[in-house]
Amino acid sequence: MVSTKDLKAAQALAPWLLLIFLAIPVLVGLAGVLLPSIGYSSAADQQALSLQAWQSLFSTPGLFHSVLLSVIPGLLSALIAFIIVFSFLATTSGGRTLNWIRRMTAPLLAFPHVAAAFGIAFLLTPSGFLFRLVSPLVSGWERPPDLLIINDPWALTMTLALIMKEVPFLLLMALAALPAIQADQRLAVARSLGYQRSTAWLWTVAPALYPALRLPIFAVIAYASTSVEVALILGPSLPAPLSVRTLSWFNDPDLSLRNLASAGALLQVAITAATIGLWILGERMISRVLAYYQQSGQRDFGARPLALLGRTGFIVTFSMLTLALVILIIQAFAGRWRFPDSFPDSLTLGHWRAQLPLLWDSLATTVTIAVTTVLIAFVLIVLTLEQQVSSARVHIGTGTHGNALTRVNHHHIISRLLYLPLLTPQIAFLFGYTVWLEKMQIPPGLLTVVLAHLVFVIPYMYLSLADAYRGLDKRWPMLAASLRITPARFFLRIKLPMLIAALLSSLAIGFAVSNGLYLPTLLAGGGRVNTITTEAMTMAAGGSRSTIAVWALIQAALPVLGFATALLLPRLIWKNRRGMKGFMQ
Amino acid sequence: MTMQSLQLKQLTLYLQQKCLLKLDTQIAPGEILTVMGPSGSGKSSLLAAIAGFLTPEFKLEGQVHLGNRRIDQLPPEQRGAGLLFQDPLLFPHLSIAQNLVFAMPASTRDKQEKVSAALMQLGLAGYEQRDPETLSGGQKTRVALQRLLFSQPQAVLLDEPFSSLDTDLRQEIRKLVFDALTKAGLPAVLVTHDQADADAADGRIINLQDS
Repeated sequence: MVSTKDLKAAQALAPWLLLIFLAIPVLVGLAGVLLPSIGYSSAADQQALSLQAWQSLFSTPGLFHSVLLSVIPGLLSALIAFIIVFSFLATTSGGRTLNWIRRMTAPLLAFPHVAAAFGIAFLLTPSGFLFRLVSPLVSGWERPPDLLIINDPWALTMTLALIMKEVPFLLLMALAALPAIQADQRLAVARSLGYQRSTAWLWTVAPALYPALRLPIFAVIAYASTSVEVALILGPSLPAPLSVRTLSWFNDPDLSLRNLASAGALLQVAITAATIGLWILGERMISRVLAYYQQSGQRDFGARPLALLGRTGFIVTFSMLTLALVILIIQAFAGRWRFPDSFPDSLTLGHWRAQLPLLWDSLATTVTIAVTTVLIAFVLIVLTLEQQVSSARVHIGTGTHGNALTRVNHHHIISRLLYLPLLTPQIAFLFGYTVWLEKMQIPPGLLTVVLAHLVFVIPYMYLSLADAYRGLDKRWPMLAASLRITPARFFLRIKLPMLIAALLSSLAIGFAVSNGLYLPTLLAGGGRVNTITTEAMTMAAGGSRSTIAVWALIQAALPVLGFATALLLPRLIWKNRRGMKGFMQ
Repeated sequence: MTMQSLQLKQLTLYLQQKCLLKLDTQIAPGEILTVMGPSGSGKSSLLAAIAGFLTPEFKLEGQVHLGNRRIDQLPPEQRGAGLLFQDPLLFPHLSIAQNLVFAMPASTRDKQEKVSAALMQLGLAGYEQRDPETLSGGQKTRVALQRLLFSQPQAVLLDEPFSSLDTDLRQEIRKLVFDALTKAGLPAVLVTHDQADADAADGRIINLQDS
């Protein structure tokens, strides 16, 4: 039995640990690339200020092209995903489809980037599923056409894949923010003034919703402009986007290229910052234009384009993702499959029989890392939130006012720092983090990977758990205390059981995030920690399609298992308690 | 149970330097003090202050005593001030019996027997294992009142406890609650904006506009 005193001590410590786990790797990591880039590097035995790394970076052939291949897909994918999500919400708001969509979006979001990218590759490649479906009847092709679709020099396929993954993310973020801004009332008022539904949404809901989506959009830009895994699978190679080239410099056996890699990593930060800056600039311009039209009084402004964009964008996104999953499944069981045939001649379990014995080790590693990371994050976040709850309440006359203020403060620090790891390009601080580990002679392994995963898992779990806590009626703790129930007992017997659905779903989110991480596992593990994700990426270079499909499906199945458990378990436990329905999402 | 009075000694409640209310009174065992006033007058904050749930933007001066104990510096769960809200707030994941047992002090004996006897008296015999959500509004309020009594409070704070009930049911439940409080000899503070509540409480009325 936990005593109230133990709980209080743990509570006091938790926020600081949380801050350390969240921020230290990022800050140490950034310092760790800054120093080598200006000549201070232990690896290459240089200890003098020098701008040589920057000089060689800027004289690298095709650098400008690589930079463009980071900026344009980053900006374009975020913009298109944003337009699709907003137009879709504008056309469906207040309708019944939204609830149904909400349920469908969560599992699609759980589809890992790597698996989705492979699926899209199998779909769009000239010998892929879509071309098979139209061949030879429509297209007349008996052999795969000689088209460079995957790894196209303009990075269009890569951009497309990024959009597919960003739409569900932004949509879920928007759906989570809508209740707080009383979207339904706003819409009702505007519609009663004669505005069409999507116009009403655009003028009354969108302006309130947008601020809540700003940071998620910036996170999307940061990810899309620096992603390594999607770029390796779908992106151009001559030249490759800057992130991919930076990674190859870092992994080069020639250690002197490390300084070049560090400069590249910092350039990546500048690029992300500049891209976000461009977005903000565009934001200002567009809001001025819209402000003008808002006053025009036109009742159906933009209604038709919004409906068109929203519906088609949404249908394309979701059917592409679904098809990507379907093709992975077919491919994983495909026997002989000649080109123009739409489906394989036969189905086989052979790929699974061959791969499963090889899978177990990586599977065990993946689950070990994810479970450890998620549990650490969960305990720290819950204790931190408990601390905030108890500090919101002051015992009169005990002089705890000052204390309460300092406590509330780290809540502010944490909620601001949450987006730090999501806005900083992964590649930038993970290099520095690895270099720092080497310097401190900490051998890369499971522990260093868990520490790196915590940086990415904490923000998502914190956001979802904080939501769950906010959702709990403030009168429950009052009632319990007035019944003489101690805070520890209230926590264990009332809060945990009542919030079980939300808590499990945040665990599932953390598990899914950890499962999907590629670069943090690769770099923090020194290339020696093999998860399903890193192994699947290794196969991108030379594995057969069916082998890749097996691994990608396993990678995609893990988060689905997590979310399914989080969804079903509470319903099973509380199946005889109707009052608990309101606590299930 | 010993009879104790609730004393509010020179209580002054501030919201960000602004004085909300001043009270200096004593509520005898079995007495119900009614506090009335428009929303924003601080009447709910008064209950929060006595129970120990004031948020940091409020400041309280003065003392609260229950019998010979000073309670305003104790954590809420040690004050012995039981709350009854507008909603019955039965824990939705616990059965009726679990809700009631959960409120009993650890030292209580024959918990299940006491639950069954109480349910019988409330006209809810055999409801032990029921899901709270399957009860009617009036039945829920009865269980909530019984749960409060099982926690052996030494004072009771009522925050508009009847305003969610239908008019015809309201009178019946009001009588049930007030009778139970008087019988148990508990001092009570009732916060309401319904004059009928105040009339039924049949005690002193403090109107916060006047203070």
